[in-house]
Amino acid sequence: MKKREFLTVFLLLLPVLIYFIFLFVYPFIYGLHLSLTNDEGKFTLANFIRFLTDPWDANTIWITLKIAIPATLLNVLIAMPLAYYMRHGIKGEKLISFLLILPITLGSVFVAEGMLTYMGPNGWLNKILMALKIIDKPYRFTHNYLGVLLALIIQGFPFVFLMLLGYISGIDPTLEKAASILGASRWYIFRRIIFPLWMPGIAMATSLNFVMNFTVFPSAVLLGQPSGPTRVISIAAYQWAFEKFDFHMASAIAIIMGLVELIFILIVMLIRQRFFKIVATSGGKG
Amino acid sequence: MKDFKEIKIQNLVKYYGNRKVVDNFNLTIKNGEFITLLGPSGCGKTTILNSIAGLIPIDGGSIYIDDECIDDGKRFIPPEKRNFGMVFQNYALFPHLTVFENVAFGLRIRKVPPSEIRERVINALRMVHLEEHIDKYPRQLSGGEQQRTALARCIVTEPRLMLLDEPLSNLDALLRIEMRYELKAIHEKLGITTIYVTHDQQEALALSDRIVVLNKGKIQQIGTPEEIYSYPRNLFVAHFLGFRNIWNVDVIHVKDREIEFKLGDFILNAVLNEKYKEHIHNSIRDKKKLYISIRPEDIKIGEGPINSLEMRVEVMEYLGQVRQLWGYINGNIRIEISTFEKIILNPGDKIKIYIPPERILVFPEEDVQ
Repeated sequence: MKKREFLTVFLLLLPVLIYFIFLFVYPFIYGLHLSLTNDEGKFTLANFIRFLTDPWDANTIWITLKIAIPATLLNVLIAMPLAYYMRHGIKGEKLISFLLILPITLGSVFVAEGMLTYMGPNGWLNKILMALKIIDKPYRFTHNYLGVLLALIIQGFPFVFLMLLGYISGIDPTLEKAASILGASRWYIFRRIIFPLWMPGIAMATSLNFVMNFTVFPSAVLLGQPSGPTRVISIAAYQWAFEKFDFHMASAIAIIMGLVELIFILIVMLIRQRFFKIVATSGGKG
Repeated sequence: MKDFKEIKIQNLVKYYGNRKVVDNFNLTIKNGEFITLLGPSGCGKTTILNSIAGLIPIDGGSIYIDDECIDDGKRFIPPEKRNFGMVFQNYALFPHLTVFENVAFGLRIRKVPPSEIRERVINALRMVHLEEHIDKYPRQLSGGEQQRTALARCIVTEPRLMLLDEPLSNLDALLRIEMRYELKAIHEKLGITTIYVTHDQQEALALSDRIVVLNKGKIQQIGTPEEIYSYPRNLFVAHFLGFRNIWNVDVIHVKDREIEFKLGDFILNAVLNEKYKEHIHNSIRDKKKLYISIRPEDIKIGEGPINSLEMRVEVMEYLGQVRQLWGYINGNIRIEISTFEKIILNPGDKIKIYIPPERILVFPEEDVQ
């Protein structure tokens, strides 16, 4: 009987295990191995040292952070108030959700193409702004830092918003009613009830969106200046792999990317935990 | 703050879409009273409670506490400024706060000094016997303990009015009776004016000073538990409070309080209560259809001096203390009896029964809901 149960569980888990081992564990270990060896297959840290000591390459970490962190924060900060107001559902919610899901389904290349035309020097946006006399000559929205940032917001915002909305809608609305009858104002309810209960969702959305933004590639190439100000870390990895054909070096960069993401997520989790504790045990200050 | 004479709700109206869910609700509640809104689901009782709390806007009428306007559609005091308390059906405890912090929540908003908060929270928790769970989180508590926490959170702020929305309906039967007793004890002790919403007639009878019976958004009857139980004003109230055996009858003869009518092939006699006499006489004069109603426990087994019938038993249920019998009289009229007598009957058995005349309630047709 016991044996049979084990077999059933094993068989049910098998597809996931296969998926996990072949598409995650194996490539990860293979990449880690590549990053820690040289052409002769000997163990070395040279790849990491080389990347981190070369200013042209090492700087890409900083460049990517400078794009990814503001994009993530903007996405979360814009999405939060909107999700808050829509938490109990509003009229036309389906249409709004549809419009928001659109950029996700279109893919980053399509969005980038659209932005290049729409926001380009002869695009509608510039024409409208000039017609309204807000600007007198076309403003450069693309092929720079701003272009990449905007692309990340257009694609990342719906994702963050839908995640935050899903999470906040799950908070029992009677909690708000109970708090308001106990005398709490809207702002007090937000601070003491909704925000702390929302925090895990916010942390999750922030982390996932940061990972999306930190690995940005097509938008940085199409809408930025991939040879300079928006030469993000994934471009560096690409160049080492497919222009210089040094897979050891490229793998080392991929591992570094992973480490940076991990550090960011750990920081988010630490903030979350610390915050949660303070709220949960909130002492004298009311 | 707690000192007021009465809460006056006048002509309260509430629509959901085109549907009138509360229809001209009028009620005056005296300070310290325990009022129950009793009715089946969808009768508007929770809507009325939420309107009084200020959680939903009203579409007509007004709510006053003495001269202070709480809500008349134009002037509206938001729920957080009403100084009411409410216990929800699902308790609505804050999951990220301990029992202590849940109960202290309202006091912190009122900027009560920390030492006083501690004292008042502990007092409230002692009152509901939860002192030892003070540092637990809601998820670590049982249903009954969560219920007590919600109650403590409600009473600790000394609200002017306490609103209870089916607070016992998620508890198991034994716990429900225990909590009912505690609710009553707390009300006696603190004297907080209370509006209690339930669909359970036992709870309503056990707890209330007055009961408001509602159906389809309309008040059916307001009265003390005794009045409601013994003298229901119409068939709906009668049925909701345990009257069964509702039969259409033809009047043969009426004289003062005595009335004689035909049920199938049987002739029955009833004695009208003074309260109903005039109403029934008028109805008979206007040739209205009459219905009678009898509680299952009021029908006796055996040969009686009057109103004797023969019943064919179809089903007998053994319920411990009582036995419930279902069957037919006169071939096709359904009848339900409950009895303390230790009899054993089989389907198809025929027994003699009789109905004491003063136990029969008579209602004219228009009162049938």
